[in-house]
Amino acid sequence: MSNQEMVHLRILRQDAEGAPRRWERFKVPYQPYMNVLSCLMEIQKNPVDADGRKVAPVAWDSACLEEVCGSCTMIINGQVRQGCSAMVDQLAQPIELRPMSKFPVIRDLRVDRSRIFADFRRVRAWVDIDGTYDVGPGPRYSAEVAEVRYALSRCMACGCCLEVCPNYGPQSPFIGPAAINQARLFNLHPSGGMHAGERLDVLMEEGGLADCGNAQNCVQACPHKIPLTTSLAEMMRAATRRALFER
Amino acid sequence: MAPSRASDRPRFLVVGGGLAGLMTVIKIAEAGHDVDVFSLVPCRRSHSVCAQGGINGAVNTKGEGDSPELHFMDTIKGGDFLADQPPVRSMCQAAPGLIYLLDRMGVPFTRTREGLIDFRRFGGTLHHRTAFAGATTGQQILYALDEQVRRLEAQGRVRRFENHEMVSLVRDETGRCRGIVVVDLRTMEVQAHAGACVALATGGLGLIFGKSTNSSINTGSAASIAYQQGARYANGEFIQVHPTSIPGSDKLRLMSESLRGEGGRIWVPKDRNDRRRGEDIPEGERYYFLEEKYPVYGNLVPRDIASREIFDVVVNQGMGVGGERFVYLDLTHLPPERHRKLQGVLEMYEKYIGEDPRKVPMKVFPAVHYSMGGLWVDYDQQTNIPGLFAVGECDFAFHGANRLGANSLLSCLYSGTVAGPAMIREAAGVSSAVSSALLEAECRRVEAELEWIRRLDGPENPYRLWTEMGEMMTENATVVRDNRKLQATDERLVEMMERLRRCAVLDTGRVCNHPLMFIRQLWNMLVLARVIVRGALLRDESRGAHYKPEFPQRDDARFLQHTVAEYAGGSLLSGEGAPRISYAPVDTSLIKPVLRDYSRAPEYAPPTASI
Ligand SMILES: Cc1cc2nc3c(=O)[nH]c(=O)nc-3n(C[C@H](O)[C@H](O)[C@H](O)COP(=O)(O)OP(=O)(O)OC[C@H]3O[C@@H](n4cnc5c(N)ncnc54)[C@H](O)[C@@H]3O)c2cc1C
Ligand code: SF4
Ligand code: SF4
Ligand code: FES
Repeated sequence: MSNQEMVHLRILRQDAEGAPRRWERFKVPYQPYMNVLSCLMEIQKNPVDADGRKVAPVAWDSACLEEVCGSCTMIINGQVRQGCSAMVDQLAQPIELRPMSKFPVIRDLRVDRSRIFADFRRVRAWVDIDGTYDVGPGPRYSAEVAEVRYALSRCMACGCCLEVCPNYGPQSPFIGPAAINQARLFNLHPSGGMHAGERLDVLMEEGGLADCGNAQNCVQACPHKIPLTTSLAEMMRAATRRALFER
Repeated sequence: MAPSRASDRPRFLVVGGGLAGLMTVIKIAEAGHDVDVFSLVPCRRSHSVCAQGGINGAVNTKGEGDSPELHFMDTIKGGDFLADQPPVRSMCQAAPGLIYLLDRMGVPFTRTREGLIDFRRFGGTLHHRTAFAGATTGQQILYALDEQVRRLEAQGRVRRFENHEMVSLVRDETGRCRGIVVVDLRTMEVQAHAGACVALATGGLGLIFGKSTNSSINTGSAASIAYQQGARYANGEFIQVHPTSIPGSDKLRLMSESLRGEGGRIWVPKDRNDRRRGEDIPEGERYYFLEEKYPVYGNLVPRDIASREIFDVVVNQGMGVGGERFVYLDLTHLPPERHRKLQGVLEMYEKYIGEDPRKVPMKVFPAVHYSMGGLWVDYDQQTNIPGLFAVGECDFAFHGANRLGANSLLSCLYSGTVAGPAMIREAAGVSSAVSSALLEAECRRVEAELEWIRRLDGPENPYRLWTEMGEMMTENATVVRDNRKLQATDERLVEMMERLRRCAVLDTGRVCNHPLMFIRQLWNMLVLARVIVRGALLRDESRGAHYKPEFPQRDDARFLQHTVAEYAGGSLLSGEGAPRISYAPVDTSLIKPVLRDYSRAPEYAPPTASI
């Protein structure tokens, strides 16, 4: 084991919500194609810190392991991103892992992001279908619109954009770019668009579009390159039109 | 320790928030009933999010004369005649309507110039029958269903219990399922929930094989729990190995069949000592072994066949790329618009391998992917336990001995549309009152078990034990099977059950204690692994994904039957855990089993069978 190449990590730990935080250092054996989550899996197999002291395995969230479910967001060497797509070969060591700062920490790297889903609900991010019974084909729409919608719909609610947004946080009512992007996604659907006004009204309330300072951090942080600033601008325009002419 | 939740109004419980679970929830809530949905992770992060390639339905918008009947015939043949046929026919008939429904819900399906849903080719058929949303179809469908459930939640019909793990069923003195016990994975609180009927929609079991294409939560644990509490488990030995994946230290990432559906080609260098880079090897020096052996289906033969051929070329003939286990999956000849349709998958390859698959051929190899076997269900998706239903990948219906690509998302949705109404009918016949003593007793049993685990302080590490089990299962219970090795594997699984009882719990934390739950899950995996291995050992024939060189033919006289496993008793606390295996007839009333031949086109092939 001694002459095997090791990966060095520094992890910010917290045993429970509100508990004190501490840094711990780890060394795990290097393997080809290793990502940050496989380092954490190695710690589970041998839960001792770099000084050989027994510690509890680190807690983190994961599911898909291929950057499509949004579970494993954390701050890696100062940058918010997914642990499953952060390849060890491309990271400076010691690799520093911290939980996201805009959401309550539950334990170690696990945070409670349920607010994201609550905000999706607030903007009515769904199509109001009459029912699931068979009524024949859906509305026809162009390949171009489908392509735009597809790009917006790849949002995996990971929270990277919210972590970097200066106006989003536990003390702020701002709904954030991800939910605003959802409003646009559904407004662009032929039947979803029939209720566009309801979504815009939510975005015109407190904590809505007006709270965006146009800092553009969000679009740069998004791992799926979702055109968030375009979504913000489009919704801003639509909301202005509604305020001026439709109400 | 929490007060048990017994309620006066009947509630329906759905365990699992992937495609199958959410469809079941929607059907029940839409009919005006109350539903609780439980999931290990937020529903939107369930494993269904990984599905890339698409969903099948014979919508026939390509002038190929496709029909649900042909879809049915392809599916039955793809499954080597081991599926009960009537539900498969109903599923194929429902498929076009389900795709339309998804479109109405807002799934951004890729469309044609005329604004219609586009369809691509997939394995085991010569028709364009697969609807898709780029190369992340499962993600898009899961989101659409999750959004509909959120709409119903806003109406007060649905409650979500995300980050909750089902750990036990509650059965009353008549054997009926009356609820479940769950652990809140954050607070570790044990709770009982009473339900008029319960559906399990808990997905696949890839983790039994260690590294697979599955998500890190796919342990098969919930299905194993139901089996240990009396549910029958059928056709467990039928495990799908997908021909094309890429290596990783945490999982094997799938390179979807859609890559071949859009024209990707599989090959190896003709000269096994050729060490040139793939892109430098001229056309004439490449061996396109699938196209040569199967001129009609080519790279789109069913998965079991493709994986076996790759195994043969790489292991038996030693012709793997660079002397390793890899073959090339080549997309470099495709035009940019094809590449764009595959964007999500190509990005994944770039990210994890660091090469651009538009410019250099990808290096891939087979990986465990899907379980055809699962909980036995009747045509209403009800298990042999009254009041307990199963849907989606964790049921055994629809796919027989081998699943065709893009048929799983379909079977998940379809089984949900069957189970929802059937659960409502079933509940109408029984009183909704559940004794709180019954719920308390099951809670206490679970708590005692967790206390026992909390005290474990032995030399074994559960995560290492899991890695060992996974490697052994992958080595001995996948593409090629051998009776002596299967027997030895089963014996080692029994030893591992004992070793698990001598492990350390590792974590004394009171919140988010993963090791505590993982030790139970590992027990459940070992129990199911024995079902897989014993089923394989006893099935002395070759059919679909199950292949024994010693018995290379399908043997309908002896084995045109479902394998049915029943639990013979035992538990983590007491050890043991053996399956008792018997056989049940297959309903082949609609299509007579014939030789499964992919070297020729079927009579019903479309006039132009092109990619
Ligand atoms: C990489 C990949 C690509 C695929 N591509 C395709 C494709 O293109 N087309 C296709 O048809 N099929 C595809 N498949 C197969 C398909 O994705 C799955 O079979 C399908 O999504 C399974 O859905 P499900 O609803 O049954 O289960 P899942 O989506 O796995 O959901 C299971 C749910 O159960 C919950 N759960 C599990 N255990 C418990 C418990 N104990 N307590 C509480 N909750 C629990 C989980 O949290 C989750 O919500 C693919 C599979 C993989 C791995
Ligand atoms: S553009 Fe608006 S939403 Fe995006 S980071 Fe800036 S303030 Fe936040
Ligand atoms: S918009 Fe991008 S960064 Fe924001 S939650 Fe969605 S996927 Fe994550
Ligand atoms: S585990 Fe799904 S995004 Fe990382």
